[in-house]
Amino acid sequence: MRLLETRALKSFYGDFQALYGIDTFLDQSETVAIIGANGAGKSTYLKSIAGLIRNEPDSVVFDGSPIGAMSAASVMKLGIALVPEGRRLFPSLSVEENLLIGRYGRQASGPWSLEEIYRLFPILRERRNAASTTLSGGQQQMAAIGRALISNPRVLLCDEISLGLAPIVIRDIYAALPRIKEAGTSLIIVEQDIVQALQVADRVYCFQEGRLSLSGRPDELSRDQIHNAYFGS
Amino acid sequence: MAEWINTIIQGILLGGLYALFAAGLSLIFGIMRLVNLAHGDLIVLAAFAILAIAAWLGLDPFLATLFAIPVMFAVGFGLQHVLLNRTLGRDLLPPLLVTFGLSIIIQNGLMEAFSADSQLLRSGEIGTASISLGGGVAFGVLPLITFLSAIAVIMALNLLFYRTELGRAFRATSDDLEIAQVMGIDHKRIFAMAMGIAMIVVTIAALYLGMRANFDPTIGPARLIYAFEAVIIGGLGSLWGTLIGGMIIGLAQTIGAAVNPEWQILAGHVAFLIVLVLRPRGLFPRAFD
Repeated sequence: MRLLETRALKSFYGDFQALYGIDTFLDQSETVAIIGANGAGKSTYLKSIAGLIRNEPDSVVFDGSPIGAMSAASVMKLGIALVPEGRRLFPSLSVEENLLIGRYGRQASGPWSLEEIYRLFPILRERRNAASTTLSGGQQQMAAIGRALISNPRVLLCDEISLGLAPIVIRDIYAALPRIKEAGTSLIIVEQDIVQALQVADRVYCFQEGRLSLSGRPDELSRDQIHNAYFGS
Repeated sequence: MAEWINTIIQGILLGGLYALFAAGLSLIFGIMRLVNLAHGDLIVLAAFAILAIAAWLGLDPFLATLFAIPVMFAVGFGLQHVLLNRTLGRDLLPPLLVTFGLSIIIQNGLMEAFSADSQLLRSGEIGTASISLGGGVAFGVLPLITFLSAIAVIMALNLLFYRTELGRAFRATSDDLEIAQVMGIDHKRIFAMAMGIAMIVVTIAALYLGMRANFDPTIGPARLIYAFEAVIIGGLGSLWGTLIGGMIIGLAQTIGAAVNPEWQILAGHVAFLIVLVLRPRGLFPRAFD
């Protein structure tokens, strides 16, 4: 049984349809990258899984159960955590409070404790009492990942975690992903940075204007195939 | 000279009562951006609840308040859960209309149940007791207890906000409702908890309102205005700012009354307008909003 599936996922913002029947799956301990240009529907796809956009119940299936119509809070309690685009740390909470709030709805046992997150991102320990607004972009991204990890999710959804960061910072952030995977968490990474995405992914889905335009293993896909799927032929 | 010192002390202590009126309003607005036009009427409702419990069980108002607190918490939780949560969204108008309607319902319901007669919670000796500082300077024990209660309530709310998991959830929900839900926070339950806690504060405010002055079912809207002014002077979201806001209104009113008794209420509103002109976001606004 697949860990997570989307079946003919159609998502709407009011009357506007953003996704047109997306079929994807994620297996245990797998990393899947979702690539595509701006407006392709990548973030909508993640929001639909996370419960921020409600859909038909069986359009998203987690561990065999339909979750497409569940609220974001209910989805999180099942073990699906989201690292949102733009980090979106809580400005009135300190760095440590931002991390701790991540397990408000789910206090599952697992490899990720506050201590382990500080071990993964040591700079957060140094800045633990600082206001989250005083962190650099990279540090904020680390805190956003830590906040999602502390609930020991079974699936981690990462939305544009390289957005607006310097290359050296992106490298540090991406260096943490294999450790997260080794700890048993499956990942879905939405990225515009194709190179980074292909380096960490076991499989890739490419979206174009709300439709799935390509899927496969990174080593099986040619540059031209990706280019055509990304921009349209 | 002693007269002016007395006036200033009375004004500061009166600010404690206004801060109690305002703290619940500030809490609700801070967390869910709900402008509760029925807040003043809920204070009056709580005062009548204390009155009824005191009469029914033959209790002192302070003891009756202990019984009224869980009742009002349940009223607040239920009100938010059943009614007000349905009104919250991007449009600010529905909660305004619904709480305005609630205000009218509470006033008329109380009128039906208790008549339009003025009521007073019996405060006994404490109501007239005073402490003399010599030289003609003195202040009442009840106003002092009111002020100390306001400080205690604000300290307790700060502890709740900054030292507990529920407080973290309150602040996170206030910061970013969507991402709070992604953290597994059931925002509707959080809102109901916040309203329940605000009603606890309202009940404490009602105790002192009812012991210090006559009240009847129609006085709620005026308490709402004082509460609004204290919240806005202090800066939205700042509980200590709310206390300062209450003190400024209290001081303005007592000084205004000392100059001319007809100026008491007007002086409070003028002080509010002056602060609004000089500091539109209040004296202690949140850094982010």
